Amino acid sequence: MLTKVHTGLDPVEGVWWKPAHKTEKAWVAIAFAWCMVLFAMMPLWHWKGGQNPSGVRTRVDPKAFYARAVAFAAQYKVGDDRGIPIVQPPPGADVYLVGLTFQWYPILRLQQGKEYMLHISSLDVNHGFSLYPLNVNFAVVPTFDYALRVTPTAAGDFRIICNEFCGIGHHTMVGRVIVVDSAGRSVADNAEVRIGHGGAP
Amino acid sequence: MTSSTVSPSAYTPPVAPTGYRVCPVTRRRIDLQAQRLIKVNAVVAVVALLVGAIAALLLALTRWQAVHLLPATWYYRLLGMHGMNMLIFFIIFFEMAVLWFVGTVLLNARPAAPRYGWFNFGLMLVGALTVEAMQVSGRADVLYTSYPPLKAHPAFYFGIILFAVGALGVVAQFFATLTIAKREKTYSGSVPLVVYGAIAAAIIAVITLLHGAMIYIPTFLWSLGLIPTVNPQIYRLLWWALGHSAQQINVAAMVSIWYMLGALTVGAVVLNEKVSRWAFVLYILFISMASAHHLLVDPGFGPAWKIVNTSYFMYMAVLASMVHGFTVPAGMELGMRLRGFTQGLFGWLRRAPWGDPGFSSLILSVVVFGFFGGITGVTIGTEQINIIAHNTLRVPGHFHATVVSGTAMAFMGATYYLLPLIFQRKVAFWKLAKLQPYLFAGGMLLVETGMTFAGSFGVPRRHWDNSFAQSPFDVPFNPAVDLFLAMLGIGAIIAVAGALSFILIAVKSVFFGEKVTEFPQGVVVAGIPQGLTNPPVYPPNVDEVNERLHAPGNGRWGPTPGTLALVGVFFMAFMLYYFTNWKLLSFLWKIG
Repeated sequence: MLTKVHTGLDPVEGVWWKPAHKTEKAWVAIAFAWCMVLFAMMPLWHWKGGQNPSGVRTRVDPKAFYARAVAFAAQYKVGDDRGIPIVQPPPGADVYLVGLTFQWYPILRLQQGKEYMLHISSLDVNHGFSLYPLNVNFAVVPTFDYALRVTPTAAGDFRIICNEFCGIGHHTMVGRVIVVDSAGRSVADNAEVRIGHGGAP
Repeated sequence: MTSSTVSPSAYTPPVAPTGYRVCPVTRRRIDLQAQRLIKVNAVVAVVALLVGAIAALLLALTRWQAVHLLPATWYYRLLGMHGMNMLIFFIIFFEMAVLWFVGTVLLNARPAAPRYGWFNFGLMLVGALTVEAMQVSGRADVLYTSYPPLKAHPAFYFGIILFAVGALGVVAQFFATLTIAKREKTYSGSVPLVVYGAIAAAIIAVITLLHGAMIYIPTFLWSLGLIPTVNPQIYRLLWWALGHSAQQINVAAMVSIWYMLGALTVGAVVLNEKVSRWAFVLYILFISMASAHHLLVDPGFGPAWKIVNTSYFMYMAVLASMVHGFTVPAGMELGMRLRGFTQGLFGWLRRAPWGDPGFSSLILSVVVFGFFGGITGVTIGTEQINIIAHNTLRVPGHFHATVVSGTAMAFMGATYYLLPLIFQRKVAFWKLAKLQPYLFAGGMLLVETGMTFAGSFGVPRRHWDNSFAQSPFDVPFNPAVDLFLAMLGIGAIIAVAGALSFILIAVKSVFFGEKVTEFPQGVVVAGIPQGLTNPPVYPPNVDEVNERLHAPGNGRWGPTPGTLALVGVFFMAFMLYYFTNWKLLSFLWKIG
């Protein structure tokens, strides 16, 4: 016995919990199964996939983090570009990147195929880490140290765009990451990134 | 209800006592005090829409790099105002009108404490004007999200608190109105599905606004210097429990309006009350977890928390939307088939009233919300896929498809019916009104497509200069990005033309429109949607026809084969987009 024909504007009388037609039930079942697939994909990617936003997450004092980044830059500095140090840490090292209005400090020089522990934080307000042209995005929240294990898979000259509004100069905040190939050569002019006014180090 | 017409309630009103009028079409009692509250909230909503739309045009013409209209300061300032006016003031004022309408008109009830309703309206208006003043004077250049440690003038936060308190008050009055209706037995049985959906929206609104209070009160005190700091991560968590959950009020309200417009325009029936009502319950239970969508690449939360919350506990709210995505069009299909439009798979769709702006708004809202907004939203809200989407233009690409093409479009469609029914005016510029939904939806589709594809190349949202002319290092985007940003700009011009047409129609109708006192039946009248002059009528033996359509002998595809085919296409598109994004993610660096 079906529900009496009525629209969503009509009050329904008495018992309205009638069984649904089998096509409606089938769609609910398909949708439910799909939801389970959507859900399962995330733990599955943690297990089998290579890109997860887990990291090691700790609280940190912004000034202490900045001091650590400055010490790190002094220790591994290999050059500079536009007054910002270019820093080449050894593979496996802890790497520090700090966002401050309106700059990313320092410039990182990493090696293809090697894993690094990349610590990201902010000295002042929220920033957004967006690695161009790969389109890898992380939130940078002051007082939190977001440490991500990263392994660059291709050499190139990358940019870090700030993609969280941080003030009126937000759009000028661009940093740089250089990835050298496994032989240690920098690839200044790869297919993906053309260098305009930023020369190869 | 019954077999003869769609709208009249089973309740036959007594002779209208003072303070009521009886709607000539629906025979429902309309309380005059409630009517005034509906009108004033709707009018203010349209004013906010006007401010937001002008800002939208200027912003889009700035993002369109070839035009690059505004200076940086005004770009960010207007971006904050656009967010506040569209996402908060326009939508919530309109929802207040919807709550007054649903609570009183659909239930033949009187409003609870209408004077207090004016007080709440006043609070909301003063709050909104305070926020606008702070933003336009440059004392709140913190954008819509106002993440600390960026700090605005204390009056900015205070204005938002006033607005939220007023809105919470109206929601409380809505519940009181329901109680009165129940006690005074203004309807019999259970409330209509549309009211049920509005109740779901109201419950979500309470949860949302309480989160707003939890975060804006401490932030206000911080801006006054009374407390030293606000934890920026806790702020992001609680703020998005306001910011995202507010959009879930819209979803529930929009789905209710889908059911309402379906009933008014094509006689859409409720396939199964149990299924549709359970879907609303799932919204209430799970939809407020969506704050996590904004925190997937944040440092403050671990993977388990992110997975459980971003998926609304195993995608139960997505399930609800997929259910409504079937039952709404299927209800329309069955309504049409019951009235004799049984030809083929899509005969019902071909014969639908495409010239009725209520219907065209409805169908465009359902299709764009589902295919574009829904699919992109679930995909970029996946924990890992968010790495290639967070804060890129893909995010506004998604939420313009839900909030603008979905919610705002549905609200516009409802307005074409509210103008004659509540304001008792003909819809002005009728030819333009018939065109308006297509203009607006078409423009928005270009905007959303342009944003989504530009975002896929990594173009950031909320960013003034895509040429990066003033930055120390160049960012040479793929030239395709210029095309997508141009698409955004051109789409915005068309969409804003559509929005301004809507505003023009609404203002002209409300203030200078031709008075409507009765609705001639069976004729076409310019300025009155055809659902009111030619309401969908079922045959007298409709229940029998319904049994026949549901009978096993009618084939395995059931009573609504057309909708089944449409959701099949939807499901394919969903799987394709979702798994393509996993594939794209797998090309990145190893990150963990």
